[in-house]
Parts: sequence; C-alpha cells; structure tokens
Amino acid sequence: MINQDGGSQTLVDEIKASSGIDFNSCLHCKTCANGCPFIEGMDYAPNAVIRLIQFGMEEEALKCSTIWVCVGCNTCSSCCPMAIDIPAVMDGLRHKAIEQGVKIAEPDIMNFHTEVLNTVKKYGRTHKLEIMMRYKFKKMDLFSDMGVGLKMLKKRKLDLTPSKIQDKKAIEKIFRKK
Amino acid sequence: MKKSSEKNENSQQSERLKFSFFPGCSLKASGHENTMSLLKFCDRVNIELVELEDWNCCGSSSAHSIDHDAAKNLPMRNISLVPKGIPLMIACPSCLIRIKSMYLKIKRDKALKQEYEELWGKPFDEDLEIVHFFEIINKIRLEDYIDQPKDKLKNLKVAPYYGCMLSMPPDLRFEKNYYGIMEQTLKRLGADPISFGYGSRCCGTYLSVAKPQVAQKVVNEIISKAMEAGAECMVTACSMCHLNLEIRCSLENPIPVLHFSELLSMALGAQDQKKWFPRHIVDPVPLLKKRGLISS
Repeated sequence: MINQDGGSQTLVDEIKASSGIDFNSCLHCKTCANGCPFIEGMDYAPNAVIRLIQFGMEEEALKCSTIWVCVGCNTCSSCCPMAIDIPAVMDGLRHKAIEQGVKIAEPDIMNFHTEVLNTVKKYGRTHKLEIMMRYKFKKMDLFSDMGVGLKMLKKRKLDLTPSKIQDKKAIEKIFRKK
Repeated sequence: MKKSSEKNENSQQSERLKFSFFPGCSLKASGHENTMSLLKFCDRVNIELVELEDWNCCGSSSAHSIDHDAAKNLPMRNISLVPKGIPLMIACPSCLIRIKSMYLKIKRDKALKQEYEELWGKPFDEDLEIVHFFEIINKIRLEDYIDQPKDKLKNLKVAPYYGCMLSMPPDLRFEKNYYGIMEQTLKRLGADPISFGYGSRCCGTYLSVAKPQVAQKVVNEIISKAMEAGAECMVTACSMCHLNLEIRCSLENPIPVLHFSELLSMALGAQDQKKWFPRHIVDPVPLLKKRGLISS
C-alpha cells in the first residue's frame, strides 16, 4: 500500500471495512474510467478516486464530485478485471462525507436524495411531483427545465396525489435513529 | 387490486401460478401504462398477482446513497409482508436489486436476521423466492395462449433495452440473469430483435433531475445507437429507464419506446392500447399501424 506522508491510513481501513475491497488489487488499467457513462460529470475518474484512497488523501476523496455523480450502474464493476466493486467504494466515501460534514461537491444531488426520502418519510412511498417541486424550490430555480415538467404532467406521468401506506407506525420504525 | 377472474375457477385453478406482486413507486405512480399492461399480460397467461399488502418504497438509490438505516429497513419491511409460501414478483429492476440483495444479506448474516425478527416480529422466511417479472416468461409457454404467435409482432424491428440494473451488481453476481430473454421472446412473436450494443447502458436514473444535461447525453446516445442499428422502436424492461428515455431525449425524430409488457399484452390480443399509448411522449401508434399490428 502506498501512503503519502501524512496520508490517512484510517481512510483506507474504513473504506476497506465498509466495501470489503483490497485497494492493492487495483491495477489502474482505467477500464472503469473508459466505460463510465457519466465520467464527464465527474472531477476524478473512478480509478483516480481509488488512487486518492491508496494515497490516503482523505479530504480530496471526500470532497470530490465523483462520489455523488456515480449512480451505481455497475458498468465499471462488471468490466473491472480485478472484480472491484467500485460503486461500493463510492458508497463508503459518500456516507463518510456526510458523517464528517464536509462540503458536499454536488449539493443538487444531495438535495434530490433528501427530498426523495422526505416523501418516503411522509407517505411510505415516493411522490414524484412533490419531490420535483421541493427540489426546484430549494434550488431557487423554478423555471428551468419547465418544458419537461409540463410534458410529464400532460402525459400524466406525474400523479397529483401521493400513493400512501396505511401503517404509519412502520414508517416511524424505519426512520427511527438509534 | 383486481382478484383473479372467475372464469378459470373450474378448469385450471389448480395450475394457476400465484405471486405476491411488488409494483414499486415508479410503476404505481408514473408508469401506469406499464402496470396496466403487465396486469393484463398476467391475467391472459393465467397468473394470479396479489399486490403485496401495504408495501413501501424500496429506498431506491436515495436511501442507499445517504441513509444506511433506511436503506436497510425499507426493503426489510417489504420482505416481512410477503405471505409465506408465495413467491414475490418484482416488476422494477431497481426495486428487485434493493429487496433481493437485502434478503440475501439477511440470509447469510445471523445478527442481521435477529435484528429483522426483532424489528418486524416475524420469523425470517428462509425459503422465500424473489423473482423479476421476466421469470414468468420462463415459467409459461407463451405459445399455449396465442394462435399463430409469429404473426403477432411480425417484422417489427425492436431494440431491446434492459438498462443497467438487470445486469446485476456484484452482490447478485451469482443470481439468475435475464439477458437474452427479450430477444428470444420477441423472435417467438415474429419480431426482429436488433442488437445495438447499448442495451445495458445506464439511462442516467436520478441524474435526469439533478444533472439533466448529463442524462440527456446518455439518453440520446442510447436511442441514436438503436436507430443507427436499424431499430424502428425500442422496448424497455424498466419503468424508470422508460421515463428517462422519453423525457430526456432531444433527438429530432426519435423512435417510440415501448414497455415490454405492452408488446407482450398486445401479442396476447389485449385491446387496451388506447389507455396506454396516449401516455407515451413519442406515439407508437403510427408505427404499429403501419406494420399492421393494431387497427386503431
């Protein structure tokens, strides 16, 4: 394991524990980077994020946009010659970034996830229209992308009322923090 | 949910396959045409679906991304709701992955099993079978329900699009994989499946909201590759992929995108297309008419 002077061995150990990945196995062949459909939206290529961990560069890894832009489509992990579960690495880093309260590189994506879970907390199921409205409101950007929203309403792809579950206590149980 | 039709009561009741059905939020709230055609299909091939009572969201990418506890508890509760002895059928590939991988995790982790049993007050069902909608196609003989199956989608050039979720993440590496099943089925119905190399490319999922330009680029790429390969329509396995392919496509004259369940139901003679097709952004009716597959 390469570790820069002052690099964090804790990060390596923690992400190894959460993802089960041996970071020495990455060859940096860049198959993941070449296959990733979303690489243009990322600041570091997937293998570069692994490199950051190998170097123990915790701050860079937790603050990078890649861990948020990665949607977990597994294109990378299914073609990785070393069968590394790369999205699991991104998961570990994302959760650590939230825990540590570092500046989130992609606040819109975080905002979207939060609004999705807010409707699940309320109804037990997601409610797309409310997610979209609250997401746009929080972003203070109600009018961009309006055409798509209208098209969806017109084609009845956004139900006006939410579908709800009956057992409210179950939702409390699900979201109860230990 | 509508119970089984009574006409089969005497004849095939004993052979009727029964599943608990988990629709998931996408099918329940935006992909209505997917749900309607799927229910129709199952009814036509003598399969009884009983909607999982009071099911909740599987947690999807959002719980998985930012709330570990919810990502664990949401699928757990769904698992606890399944009546014993009846397999669970999940129509959405993303819900399937969340629920099935949680089920397998509980199965191999004693502490987690104990947590599950304490939280939901039920013994964990070690024998629960969790399957994707495609499994039904393996369990029946489509030809038993159709006269002259080869005429049903005759000469329709279809690009099958599975999306990324059915390609199974590392967690489910040793589970059944459904690649090829759409091609096989389409062929049996007379269609001409087109391979185009982008059949399992990710549709962009929630980046469609948070990074629309990124999603638009992948969607355009997927659809234009299908068109270049000669497809005159696409067929999807996932309601969310379907939504993204429709709303994020900015190509000039894109081909229509159908749900697999719509084509299956059509082939089985369902006449409800008028309820499904007006919900599509790119109207599939002109193409299907041109091919003589529907009359109105």
